[in-house]
Amino acid sequence: MSDGVVSKVSVVRKALTGAQAAAEVMRQVEPDVVAAYPITPQTPIVQEFAQFVADGLVNTEMIQVESEHSALSAVVGAAMSGARAMTATSSQGLALMWEVVAIASSMRLPIVMNIVNRAISAPLNIHCDHSDAMAIRDLGWIMLFSENPQEVYHNNIVAFRIGEHPDVFLPVAVNQDGFITSHCVEAVDVFEDSFVKNFVGEYKAPYNILDFDNPISAGEWAMPSHYFEFRVDMKKAMDRSVGVIEKVFEEFYKETGVKMDFFEAYKTEDAEIVFVVMNSTAGTIRYVVDKLREKGKKVGVIKVRVYRPFVVEKFLELIPSAKFIAVMDRALSIGTTGSPLYQDITSGLFANKRIVLVNDYIYGLGGRDFTDDDAYEMYEHAEYSLKEGISGQIVYVGLNPNLLGR
Amino acid sequence: MAINLKQIAGMEAAYVKGHRMCAGCGVAVFVRELFIASKTAGVDVVIANATGCLEVTSSVYPESAWKYPWLHVAFENAPAAISGVERAYYALKAKGKIKDDRKVKFVAIGGDGASFDIGLQSLSGALERGHNILYIAYDNEAYMNTGYQRSSATPLYADTTTAPFGKKIPGKTQTRKDLFAIAVAHGIPYAATVSIYHWNDLITKIQKALTVEGPTFILSLTPCIPGWNMPVGDAVSLAKAAVETGYWPLVEYENGVYKWSSANPKQLKPIEEFLASQKRFAKLLKNPELLEKFKQDVISNYEKYKKLCGVA
Repeated sequence: MSDGVVSKVSVVRKALTGAQAAAEVMRQVEPDVVAAYPITPQTPIVQEFAQFVADGLVNTEMIQVESEHSALSAVVGAAMSGARAMTATSSQGLALMWEVVAIASSMRLPIVMNIVNRAISAPLNIHCDHSDAMAIRDLGWIMLFSENPQEVYHNNIVAFRIGEHPDVFLPVAVNQDGFITSHCVEAVDVFEDSFVKNFVGEYKAPYNILDFDNPISAGEWAMPSHYFEFRVDMKKAMDRSVGVIEKVFEEFYKETGVKMDFFEAYKTEDAEIVFVVMNSTAGTIRYVVDKLREKGKKVGVIKVRVYRPFVVEKFLELIPSAKFIAVMDRALSIGTTGSPLYQDITSGLFANKRIVLVNDYIYGLGGRDFTDDDAYEMYEHAEYSLKEGISGQIVYVGLNPNLLGR
Repeated sequence: MAINLKQIAGMEAAYVKGHRMCAGCGVAVFVRELFIASKTAGVDVVIANATGCLEVTSSVYPESAWKYPWLHVAFENAPAAISGVERAYYALKAKGKIKDDRKVKFVAIGGDGASFDIGLQSLSGALERGHNILYIAYDNEAYMNTGYQRSSATPLYADTTTAPFGKKIPGKTQTRKDLFAIAVAHGIPYAATVSIYHWNDLITKIQKALTVEGPTFILSLTPCIPGWNMPVGDAVSLAKAAVETGYWPLVEYENGVYKWSSANPKQLKPIEEFLASQKRFAKLLKNPELLEKFKQDVISNYEKYKKLCGVA
């Protein structure tokens, strides 16, 4: 963790699940308003936080709304009032609030929302994949992904600083894998409360609807003469967030010794085959990369921490020797060439005139186990593809063909 | 908080000219009366406005007709949005970030589509949670903003574009949803029905709804010129006729007790006085059998509320 920088911050090591790690930051930040609705596997976040509220450990107004749509709607109302406001959800809950997800970013409200990633219906499935988060990827939210409870903790702290920066004013979604991260206990280094409070600071909204002396109308409608510019302004804010994220990560590193980056590369400098992965599976892949390296294979892995903005140039800098990219998508885009992460990477390669073979490996949908054996198999497929010059293949990892329909 | 016309006439408008509502719109009249109530009660308001006629006609960027803080989020979530505003206010006040001591009520307003239909869940949630809010349903009895489609507030046999009065099906074949009863069933401290013609009754009730602590509810009949398909100058006179014919009983509900407004008529006028100038009822008026059923529905609702109010 320290990596040459001695942390000035005192740290207590706690045994926390990913859900508890999110709730821990909420306790330390004490947002003004939290509105949430229970949904598996997000529920432990709001339960944990509700207990903090009930025990008087935080000075937060908690609204136990009657749906996720209302959860984010209440949070939008609170944020528009100048309050720091949060919510959390999963899967169907995120799908239900989709309308307001788009509104929150368009109204430029720096809400922080934890998403505990879960498959979307049908069939109903409560287990992990990234289909829920991927359905909001183009709506103007900054999206951070977390490998483990520790990263959930760190991502939640930086989220406020990024979203609330005046150059940005966009909401931030902190993602973690359902059950795998949200319900599994790991050691988490928790900073002292005062550090988190100071690092996050006070939220200063540029406008709010509780200023009776300077009343504003918020959430107006715009004719074709003005709408376009609102959208482009939002896009420009997302572009500006790149510099803000760099600075926040840098400051976080100086204060805590914890390094964060848009893409976190492992043994990619000379790697010819590079895996790209999000959230908890990154650990499995790093383990397999080590094993393959022992056999002399030139292989590495890139973990995506900042998925939106997706700064493909930063990604390309990390793979100077890559001849083949094995993109791992835990979501399946239907009706196009490849799934979300694959699309982001391949379009980035093309636009930057980099010719690299790429396959899209779809894995873990609806909580399907992904083991190190699956990773070795995937590697063999990648190695074969590189040798044969195969690219653009969509490969389903761990699929049982006997269960497929026609 | 008694008021007189002279006092009202001299007041600075909080909902100002330049909005794009239809000439003679009943909702515009209602909103001006709402602000008279707020000013005379000494209560400042924040408005969360559901998507609908009022919202689209009053907030075309970069202009606004609102001189009070105003928020629009979406169609079905004004009660949830105002819940967030209200909790934010108290949170920021508790943390010393809001210092003034003004009296504030958090108001959400939506049409019947937003209130009776798509936003009913959000409304129920907000009322049940007990926020210090006033919810106003301005009821023009159909989805007027999208072009006069049937809502659950549309009256029996009315002609709308999605439940037209045809040769086989006579318009809407269901009676109006009783949203007032639904609101009251949440155990809220205050609810009332109002009509824009009876301005004194209306303003007095809204003053109360703004000053009573906790969730309060106002249901206003607000005639719609194109939707009711009626002469441009008739919004206020039809609001009057609705009360005089018993179509729109004026009632209050305060801490478990129903109260019959003195503005209700001593003797009911024939229902035709409310129906005649509205083309949405033109075909109903030519069908004596259905008209009789319509009258029975109006009377049974009227009697139901009279009984609840303990009026013989």
